[in-house]
Amino acid sequence: MLLTIDHVQKTYPGGRPVLKDVSLVLDHGQTLALTGESGSGKSTLLHLAAALDGFDGGEITLDGTPLSGLEDAGRAALRRQTLSLVFQQFNLIPSLTVAQNLSIHAQIAGRHDPEWEAHLAQHLGLGDLLDRFPENLSGGQQQRVAIGRAMATRPALLLADEPTGNLDETASATVLDLMLGLVADTGTALLLVTHSLDIAARLDRRAHLSGGQVT
Amino acid sequence: MTATVIRTLLSHWRSHRLQLITLLTGIALATGLWSAVQAINTEARASYARASAQLALGQFDEIQNSDGFIPIETYVALRRDGWQVAAVLDGTLRIKGRSVRIMGVDMVSYPALPAVTEAEQSQAPPDPADILTDPGRLLMTADLAMLFDGAEGFPPVLTSTALPPDLVLTDIGVAERLLDRPGQISRLVILPDQPQGRTPLADLAPELLRSSPSAQTDTAQLTDSFHLNLAAFGLLSFAVGLFIVHGTVGLAFAQRRGIIRTLRALGVPMHRLIWLILTELVLLALIGGLIGLLIGFFLAGALLPDVAATLRGLYGAPVEGQLSLRPAWVASGLAMAVGGTLAASGHALWKLSQMPLLSGAGLQAWGNAAAHRVMGGVGLLLLVGAGLIYLSAQGLLAGFAMLGALLTGAALLLPLVLSALLAVLGRHAKGPISTWVWADMRAQLPGLSLALMALLLALAANIGVGTMVSSFRLTFLGWLDQRLTSELYFSAEDAEQAALITDWLNPQVDAILPIRNTELSHETGPLFLYGVVDDQTYREKWPLIARSPDAWDRVMQGEAILINEQLARRADLWPGDILHLTSLQSRVIAGVYSDYGNPTGQAIVSMRQLDVLAPDTPPALRFGIRLPEVRAAEMAQKLRDQFDLPTQAVIRQHALKAQSVAIFEKTFVVTSALNVLTLGVAGFAILTSLLTLWTQRLPQVAPVWALGLTRRHLAGLELLRSLLLAALTAVLALPLGLILAWVLLAVINVQAFGWRLPMFLFPGDWLRLFALTLVAAALAAALPALRLMRLPPVHLLRVFANER
Repeated sequence: MLLTIDHVQKTYPGGRPVLKDVSLVLDHGQTLALTGESGSGKSTLLHLAAALDGFDGGEITLDGTPLSGLEDAGRAALRRQTLSLVFQQFNLIPSLTVAQNLSIHAQIAGRHDPEWEAHLAQHLGLGDLLDRFPENLSGGQQQRVAIGRAMATRPALLLADEPTGNLDETASATVLDLMLGLVADTGTALLLVTHSLDIAARLDRRAHLSGGQVT
Repeated sequence: MTATVIRTLLSHWRSHRLQLITLLTGIALATGLWSAVQAINTEARASYARASAQLALGQFDEIQNSDGFIPIETYVALRRDGWQVAAVLDGTLRIKGRSVRIMGVDMVSYPALPAVTEAEQSQAPPDPADILTDPGRLLMTADLAMLFDGAEGFPPVLTSTALPPDLVLTDIGVAERLLDRPGQISRLVILPDQPQGRTPLADLAPELLRSSPSAQTDTAQLTDSFHLNLAAFGLLSFAVGLFIVHGTVGLAFAQRRGIIRTLRALGVPMHRLIWLILTELVLLALIGGLIGLLIGFFLAGALLPDVAATLRGLYGAPVEGQLSLRPAWVASGLAMAVGGTLAASGHALWKLSQMPLLSGAGLQAWGNAAAHRVMGGVGLLLLVGAGLIYLSAQGLLAGFAMLGALLTGAALLLPLVLSALLAVLGRHAKGPISTWVWADMRAQLPGLSLALMALLLALAANIGVGTMVSSFRLTFLGWLDQRLTSELYFSAEDAEQAALITDWLNPQVDAILPIRNTELSHETGPLFLYGVVDDQTYREKWPLIARSPDAWDRVMQGEAILINEQLARRADLWPGDILHLTSLQSRVIAGVYSDYGNPTGQAIVSMRQLDVLAPDTPPALRFGIRLPEVRAAEMAQKLRDQFDLPTQAVIRQHALKAQSVAIFEKTFVVTSALNVLTLGVAGFAILTSLLTLWTQRLPQVAPVWALGLTRRHLAGLELLRSLLLAALTAVLALPLGLILAWVLLAVINVQAFGWRLPMFLFPGDWLRLFALTLVAAALAAALPALRLMRLPPVHLLRVFANER
């Protein structure tokens, strides 16, 4: 199993429990949509799975590595080698060009592959935008760069947090199509947080988070 | 991974070039001003060390006579007993209106002198006998030799590169003749390899004192206070420059939070990021530091001649006016640049290292109100600390520690005080725009506070140092009027000529006041004892700052003595106390007089008492002449014509005053230059803060623009905001500056120079400074305001697009 979330609990500072007892599994190549109301803990769960934050109980195992015992360096290594992230806010580096943003994660992970990155750029429709800076791109274009950056490392797991949340309908559909297409082509597992049932319906499985538990 | 992260981090500067320039400029200015001061101090100290080595000073034990000069008979007795000593006669000679130090040594027994060796190894070496036998030779630098060019009555001159400026080295026999001090010896140098079985000095000559090199007062010790003052000013300039660094790095780090967060999400460990950012800061500090060293080198080169003139004038310190590049200076300048940059960035870096991965990427954390409250608390503690130092500690270092605590504490308190002031003023605002302007000003304080703190320090330093210098000038001018009361001053070539002139003058003038003195030793250092004739001039004009009843009567009756303020403070002697002049003689102190610009102790007795206390005192060669002012010019010319005196031998009072004032002005050239430069740096800090902040202003300005205010109107309000904040800071700087002036006058000056000055207030200067501050703030705000006025609406609309 690629990702195992086993009875995980998480309480925010101040004592508000956000995840009470969450368990999930995701195998290689599978896609899973995580839905729920605002504040239900979807993004929190995704952050825990991405080793971005710690949890208070239970265990998360990623590609055989339990996350609970890892220090910052170990968590960072997992983010370099095993998974990639796509955020709602794109989170591109504003001072780097599109081409540099596309390759940055792969270079950090030591998997820089110019041919693969060029293919991704073409596939995502970024071929003519490579020398531009993020501030000169539309939201849809920026999210396509973010997806390219994430897929450039050929990750085992792609974690996407509301990737179309900031986009209009047309851009949203394009971005989703491209992302799901790339995931399918490369056999990458996908855990996608969304509040849209339509988007969730396009993935293999669906889990709904409510009251801090998967229902 | 590392190369990618470095490229990504550096890419921030590519898109924030102004910020990079600001950062480098801040480091360069801080390092430049500090390095300039260090270069001056290092050069001066190197000159002192060189002079000591060139004259073999401070290497051997010495023998001196607290009663004045060592008689030749005592020297002969010591030599006969087997003491290996070399005689030295020191003195000052005036030539063409300039004082030149004469050092006459026993050329046969004195340790090898580099200047003599150089002369002997030159292409045309003098016959050694020429140096030792009449008329002898004078060794001096080529510059000084020009002064002797054409002067009559002097032995031939040999030039040397191995001598301090303004010093003539010669055989003691020649010095005796030039100084008219036959048979007198200032000190005896005890040579190494003394024979066994000598009679102890205490038995042979109990009046003589032996001192080790460490106990001998040298130039470096005398000038320590001056250099400490300079170093303190350099440190203040450095601190003001670091405010720019602190502000810029803080903003840059806040803007980079997004990049840092993304890099961490992409798998870069935090510790590696911190190390890389630290390396980046060190590299930037080295680049800025190198630029700063260049600035410092040229600045020091420009200021050194004036400082050298000041040190020569004040302390007789041999400082050459040329600067040389020293590796230690470069290394210390770079170390200060790196250390300062890291210190100024430490807080921002620490905050970054503690930043949770999932924290926001905004600028909220940059200079927030909570941080200001903590700063305010620390500031208050520092002010209390300054008060405690004043109450409990003494000494120059304690004085500077108090100043440091006072200035830093006030600067740290500034944001809180400004915020409170703005809140109070905002309550009286009428109308929505006015209300918004006051509220917006408070909201902008965190971003501008560092620049305003720098401005506060620079203004306070300006007011403080300006008040000190102006108070000093006013006091000094008044004091000159009291001290230089004679309408004419003349110098005779010898005692015979002096007698002829005074006989000729006597029936034509109101009074002739001889200027006659000798040098004694006191536990506090050299003591110059002056004899004065009884004249109403002294009784009416002499600037006594403390006196007992009938002070002058008692002095003239030979019962009492007057001492200068320096001696009074150093030895803690005041009217009624006893001053021990020699081993057998002491006098009651009748009064203390101010004596600015003189580093050594001085005392005044009646002329008759001078002969009793120091019978070897040479006759007076300089005189003051009292006569009606309208006759001064005519009498000066008559005197020159009658005795064929050179122009400089007869000087009118106003010319002497002008010379003294010129020396005074030179003393403060370096202080004034540093003062102006520090203010310039603070002005630059405001400019850079406003320029770096102006993009962050758009979210505040855009909604108001959308509500119907024109960009021109908004730009005007931006200008007004900067002017108001600068004006409020300037108003707050006034009391701080006055406290600073008081500390400088009442604490630092007393410790450093031995005199306390009255404090005068100069509201005209404050108004000028206030106007200058407003102009600087307006200039600094003009560029961002102009940018706002010309900003295309699309940029303002982007604010709303981003918010969507």
